[in-house]
Amino acid sequence: MHILVCIKQVPDSAQIRVHPVTNTIMRQGVPAIVNPYDLYALEEALRLKDRYRGRVTALCMGPPQAEVALRKALAFGADEAILLTDRAFAGADTLATSYALSAAIRQVHRSLPIDLVFAGKQTIDGDTAQVGPGIATRLDMQLLTYVSKIVSLDLAAREIVVHRRSEGGVQVLKTRLPALVTVLEGINEMRFASLTDMFRAERHPLTIWNKDDARIEDATKVGLKGSPTAVSKVFAPTPTNRRAEIIETHGGQPIDLAATLVAKLFSSRPDVAFAINPSLTPDRRSL
Amino acid sequence: MSEHFDAIVVGAGPAGNSAAYTLAKAGLKVLQIERGEYSGSKNVQGAILYSDALEKIIPDFREDAPLERHVIEQRMWVLDDESCIGGTYRSADFSKPPYNRYTIIRSQFDRWFSKKVRDAGALVVCETTVLDLHMDGRCVVGVRTDRENGSVYADVVILADGVNSVLARKAGFRGELKPKDVALAVKEIHFLPEQTIEDRFNIKGTEGVVIEMAGKITQGMVGTGFLYTNKESVTIGVGCLLSDFKKSGIAPYALLEQMKAHPTIKPLLAGGEMKEYTAHLIPEGGYNAIPAIYGDGWLMAGDAGMFVNAVHREGSNLAMTTGRVAAETVIALKAQGKPMTAPHLAAYRKALNHSFVMKDMKKYKDVPEVMDKNRQFFTDYPRLVSQAARTLLTVDGVDKKTKERAIRKAFTGARSTFGLFADAFKLWRAFE
Repeated sequence: MHILVCIKQVPDSAQIRVHPVTNTIMRQGVPAIVNPYDLYALEEALRLKDRYRGRVTALCMGPPQAEVALRKALAFGADEAILLTDRAFAGADTLATSYALSAAIRQVHRSLPIDLVFAGKQTIDGDTAQVGPGIATRLDMQLLTYVSKIVSLDLAAREIVVHRRSEGGVQVLKTRLPALVTVLEGINEMRFASLTDMFRAERHPLTIWNKDDARIEDATKVGLKGSPTAVSKVFAPTPTNRRAEIIETHGGQPIDLAATLVAKLFSSRPDVAFAINPSLTPDRRSL
Repeated sequence: MSEHFDAIVVGAGPAGNSAAYTLAKAGLKVLQIERGEYSGSKNVQGAILYSDALEKIIPDFREDAPLERHVIEQRMWVLDDESCIGGTYRSADFSKPPYNRYTIIRSQFDRWFSKKVRDAGALVVCETTVLDLHMDGRCVVGVRTDRENGSVYADVVILADGVNSVLARKAGFRGELKPKDVALAVKEIHFLPEQTIEDRFNIKGTEGVVIEMAGKITQGMVGTGFLYTNKESVTIGVGCLLSDFKKSGIAPYALLEQMKAHPTIKPLLAGGEMKEYTAHLIPEGGYNAIPAIYGDGWLMAGDAGMFVNAVHREGSNLAMTTGRVAAETVIALKAQGKPMTAPHLAAYRKALNHSFVMKDMKKYKDVPEVMDKNRQFFTDYPRLVSQAARTLLTVDGVDKKTKERAIRKAFTGARSTFGLFADAFKLWRAFE
């Protein structure tokens, strides 16, 4: 069994800052992390490997610094790591990215056939959730998105059964391999690599591919050239002017405080107050 | 794990990175273990980089290190509640390369340094905590980490795990940190457009200004404040002895807030946007607080060894130098085929004694004690000095002789003639 996991290095969105003057995202100094959803995908692939044996290859497209993300994947237990990096890829949108990644996956497949491709449900920087499905479409693979559980994998029958979260419920889906699976957060808990694995990850030679190594033939389909998406403007949402209010106790009883709080809440939303108790007219706010 | 290294370096701050880099560059098999996600993720400093210490390790660091501004001007301010008196040294000489001091942002700088360590050939493992030292009798032979198969062995372990050095404490190499030997510093980074910084501080290009402050801002506690200019931000912070914070009950953030509201400081930060808030302990016990820094199979460098010159606000350069000298000691012993025992590793202490590190530490060894016992330097004098300046600079028809008499009276009234002489003598002795 051979599973390929797509991972992306993203700026830590919890620490992202917008340049107050230019309104562009300040990447300098913002730590880069592995897209958190991709770690669930990686762990799920590693669990299948633990159960069925086989190999896990991590694939990442990004600048040379993305090496760090792949080293992390190696530490967790990926057998191989491929960094797809080329200046020609810069400025890629989801269309161009899925094009480049599918070319690389096809190239990996040539040397060792791939049964499953795993990806996170989306990245935290782009939030589009388009690249996974894009790859599946280009590679003509079965597509399973928003997977919350892998129920079974039958390598002999070449079938996989998963739970897929959908609006209003869970779908139990069975499909044939090869398939591309995007997983939800919380599907598993990431393992803690052993020191031996940490050493291996640091020492493991990384496979670095440029667009020729990935056998990308049509250079007009990658990078900015291959990206029909245009960012016209980036702006920070204007902060809302909501203020916290402290209700003074003045040595009163908790019940008085609660009454004051409820009265305040009702006065800001008379419609809710009315729905709860029609006798509470706006004029009789106190309980 | 049976893997054996020539040396294990615990920690990836300036001391650890300098040690690991120097060892790896000399061809030794080095393992460096860092607790944070990457080198710099947990490291906090003002931060000023002193070129000399780094030049001795990476001579051409200026080519690719992430540096903010080179310092061309140093201001020393003594602040009263409303006023500020002080001195400035600015020189065009400081704008001639190679520059002597830079402001840096540690999370970026340390990451750069760590890459150099890797490139030099050291094995760098992050997100891994060293829990214990492995001992063979009295000799350190390796470390135990928090990971599975987490033990690893080496001829020598360099402890560069920072001010708290839990490892050294656990192993009994060092006692518990005393609140009077550490300062608690808090700082904020405020974003300001490059142009605003240049206009406000009278600088251009990559020129930068450093302001060191003392006086009423520490509310009688032993400590100082600082303000540094970065490329697109200003760092402001204040640090006081932990024992003083404890005694006064003042919250560090409140102290910083009050300092930021000072009429002299406020306009420098106006319009800025706070981007970062950090706090850190600084070992300020000085020479007398330095613990044993070597033993059988181990060496200690940087903050772990209390190497901070609080008077001159130097620390990272002492960390880099002690890290480098520790590495050089190991390299020399290795070359001579000598074991890493305490009598041989004593060469580390000897080398430091001959360097500026111990000489400076020794020179100011009494300063912490004198400052602790003489609070007037943080209370009475700032007030007296600024009052004197105000009296002299206010033109109000009073003749100068009368003004001088009033100033003299204020001083002797507060400290008595004998007290003034005693204070001067104490300062002279402490800084001599």
